[in-house]
Amino acid sequence: MRFVDEYRDAGTAHALAARIAELCEPGRQYKLMEVCGGHTHTIYKHGLEDYLPEAVTLVHGPGCPVCVIPMGRVDDAMHLAAAPDVIMTSFGDMMRVPGSKGSFFDAKAQGTDIRMVYSPLDSLKIARQNPDKRVVFMAIGFETTAPSTAMTVLRAAAEGMENFSVFCNHVTIIPAIKAILDSPDLRLDGFIGPGHVSTVIGCRPYEFIAADYGKPVVVAGFEPLDILQSIYMLMLQLSEHRSEVENQYSRVVPWDGNPAALRAIGETMELRPYFEWRGLGFISHSALRMRPEYAAFDAELLFEVPGVRVADPKACQCGEVLKGVLKPWECKVFGTACTPETPIGTCMVSPEGACAAYYNYGRLTRTRVKEASRS
Amino acid sequence: MTAGSLDSSAARGESGAGGGRAGSVQQPPRADDGDGQSVGWVQEALRAHEEQAELSGAGHVRRGSPQPLPGTVREELVLERIDRARRARPRVKEDRITMSHGAGGKATQTLIEAIFLDGFRNPLLEPLEDAARLLVGGTRLAFTTDSYVVSPLFFPGGDIGDLAVNGTVNDLSMSGAVPICLSAGFILEEGFGVADLGRIVASMAAAAAAAGVQIVTGDTKVVEKGKADGCYINTAGVGLIEHEQALGVAQARPGDAIIVSGPIGDHGVTIMLARGELDIEADVTSDTAPLNGLVAGLLAATSGVRALRDATRGGVATILNEIAKAADVGVIVVEEAIPVRPEVRGACELLGIDPMYVACEGRMIIVVDAAESERALAALRAHPLGARAAVIGHVTADPPGLVQLKTAFGGTRIVDLLVGDPLPRIC
Repeated sequence: MRFVDEYRDAGTAHALAARIAELCEPGRQYKLMEVCGGHTHTIYKHGLEDYLPEAVTLVHGPGCPVCVIPMGRVDDAMHLAAAPDVIMTSFGDMMRVPGSKGSFFDAKAQGTDIRMVYSPLDSLKIARQNPDKRVVFMAIGFETTAPSTAMTVLRAAAEGMENFSVFCNHVTIIPAIKAILDSPDLRLDGFIGPGHVSTVIGCRPYEFIAADYGKPVVVAGFEPLDILQSIYMLMLQLSEHRSEVENQYSRVVPWDGNPAALRAIGETMELRPYFEWRGLGFISHSALRMRPEYAAFDAELLFEVPGVRVADPKACQCGEVLKGVLKPWECKVFGTACTPETPIGTCMVSPEGACAAYYNYGRLTRTRVKEASRS
Repeated sequence: MTAGSLDSSAARGESGAGGGRAGSVQQPPRADDGDGQSVGWVQEALRAHEEQAELSGAGHVRRGSPQPLPGTVREELVLERIDRARRARPRVKEDRITMSHGAGGKATQTLIEAIFLDGFRNPLLEPLEDAARLLVGGTRLAFTTDSYVVSPLFFPGGDIGDLAVNGTVNDLSMSGAVPICLSAGFILEEGFGVADLGRIVASMAAAAAAAGVQIVTGDTKVVEKGKADGCYINTAGVGLIEHEQALGVAQARPGDAIIVSGPIGDHGVTIMLARGELDIEADVTSDTAPLNGLVAGLLAATSGVRALRDATRGGVATILNEIAKAADVGVIVVEEAIPVRPEVRGACELLGIDPMYVACEGRMIIVVDAAESERALAALRAHPLGARAAVIGHVTADPPGLVQLKTAFGGTRIVDLLVGDPLPRIC
C-alpha cells in the first residue's frame, strides 16, 4: 500500500540498524527517550526494538494524553456527567481510564449518558440534535488535539450554541519535558521529539533542550522507519558531539509549526497557573483552560466540579514509568494486579501507554524472540 | 498572549502570567494524601495480586535482595509471574455488564468461563467449540446457536438475515458437520417496518437455499419501542457429522500449518463504514457467506485437518489465541502472509485498528498437519470462497499459550486477545 509500505521496508531497516550499531562507542550505554505515546505504540507494534543493539535503550516518555490524566480529574468528569440532562462525550481512549469509582464505561453501564466521539465536532453535532440536553466534551490531549477543540469552540460561538461546553484537560508538552530534564533520577542521552505535537508547535520550542541541557532532539514521524532513522540521527549527533534540534518528519512538520492552529488555541484558551499530571505531580503552566471570553463554553464554570485530589494507589508506579525511570515490567503490579482489562494505572489503558504497549505487544524478552525465530 | 508565545516562554523557562517557572514541579496541595484506601476496587485487585504472589512464591520479584539480578533475568521472572496470573481462574470483576463483555475479546471470554461455563458445566459444553457434538442413537450430531444484533440491519454485501443464516451454518460446518436445519427466533421492536422484515426474511430464505438448509421452526416476540433496536434474530442449527476425525482447536500440534481461507476484516470494516459515523468511504462489502461447501471440499481432499474456526467477533487474532490456549501451544504468524484487501487495510490504518481483530463472517482459520498443507490449500483454492487462501503461520511447542507475529517491518510482537470495545456492534 502506497505511503505506508515504503516506511516499513525491512531491507532499509536492516541497513539503518547496521549503521546505528556502528555508531555505538564500545562500553557506552545510550538512553533515548521517545516523548510521544504514538511512538511507543509504533515501537512495540512493529517490534522495532529487535533492530537495536543492546547498548541502545528506548525510554518511554510522558506523551500519552490519557496516561497523564490524574484520578481526581476523572472523578470530576464523572461528577459532571452525572449532572441532570448532561450528555458527556469523549474520545474512545478515555472510556476505560479508571477514576476512584470506576471508569466512563462503568458509569455508562449504570445509565449515565456517556458517548464516544471521534472528533469534538461530533459532540457539537450531538448538542445540535439534543437542544434540551447539555453536551459536555471532555477535551484531552497535547497541542495535537487542542486546535480541534479550539476550532469547535469557535464554531459553537459563531453558531450561538448554548448547550455545548468543554471540560478542558489539554496539556502542553514542553513543561513536561522540562520537568523530566530537571528530574534528578534520570539520565538521558537524547530525545525522539513528538511528531504530531510538532505539526502544531513546530521545532523551535525544543531548542532549549539542545542549547541549555546539551541533549540532541530529533522530531520524528510515526512509521517504524521514521523512528529508526531518528535514532540514527540522534546517534550521529552523539558521535559527533553535537546537540541540535533536527526534523526527521519534515514531510509533515513545518519548522515554525502551524500558525493558524496556534492562533485558534491562543484565542480560546490560556495557560493554567498549574495542573496536576498523573505521577508527575503539579507542573506550573503545563495545561490550558478556556479564556474568560469563552466562559460560556467552560464546563468548569457552568457546572459544579468538586476538584478533589485523589491520591494514586501507592502500589501504582505510573509516575516512574511516565518519567522513564522504571520500565513497565519493573512496576510491582504490572501484569498481575494491573492489566489492560482491569487497569489500576493510566499507562495500562491507552494503546499509547507504555505499560499497555508492552503488555499487549512486547511481553517477550529478546532471548525468547531469538528462540522463536530459530524454530 | 498567543499560544505561540506560550510555547516559547515555556521552553525558555520564563515566568508566565501566573508567576513561577514553567515546567517546575511544585509540591502538590495534597487533599487526600492517603494510600488509596478510598479506592475499594484497587484494594481488591491488589489483595488478589498479593495472594497470587504468595502462592507462586519464588517467581515474585525479590525486594531488596543484596545482589540485584541482571535485568534480563528479572524481566524473565516478571513475565513468568504474568503468565501464571493469566492462567489463574477467570473472575468477572465488574458489577455490571459493559459493552466489553460482548466484544469477543478478553472480557467476553472471562464472562463465558466464569459465569456460563461455571453454571452449566458439562462435558459437551466444556470444549467451548463453535458447536456441541452429540451422539444420539448412534448418530453424531452438531448443535449450535447464535444471536444477531448487528447495526445497521442492512449493509453493503448483506443484511442481518443472511448473516443469521450463514453464521449458524458456519458454526455447524466448523465442527465438520453437514448443516441440516435451522430455527429462527425474532425479537422485534414496536414500530419496525413490515417491509424491512419482509426483506430480512427473503434474504434469510435465499441464504438458507444457498447453504442447502431449511428453517424448520421459529418464534416471534415484540417489545415496546425503545426496548430493542429494530430487529434481533436468534438462530440455532443442527448438523450431521460424517467426518471421522474429531475437529477441535485442542488438537493443534507443534509443526501444524495455519491457513486462512481468504482476505480478513471485510465484514467488520464494512459495518463500521456503513454506520456513517466515520466519514470514510471505501469500496468494501461484507464477506458473509456459507462455508459448508468450502469445508466439504477441504475435508474430502485431506484427512490432515485438525481444527476449523470461523473468524467472527474478535477476528483472526482471537482464534489464534484460542488455538494457543486450548492446545497449550505457541502460534507464530507472518504479517506479510496474511491476506488483507488494500481498502480494508487503508481503513484500518486510518482508524488505528488492527485488521487481525476485525470480524469476518465468511472466513475461517484451518489448522492442518504440515505435510497436508499443500493439499488443503489446493482444495480451498478450488472453491470460489477460498480462492485467496494462504498459509499464514505455524504451531510451535514453545512458548505455550502465546501468539507471536513476525511484522512486515522485521520485528516480533505478541498478538493478544482484544481488550475493551472500540468497535460497534458488528454481528
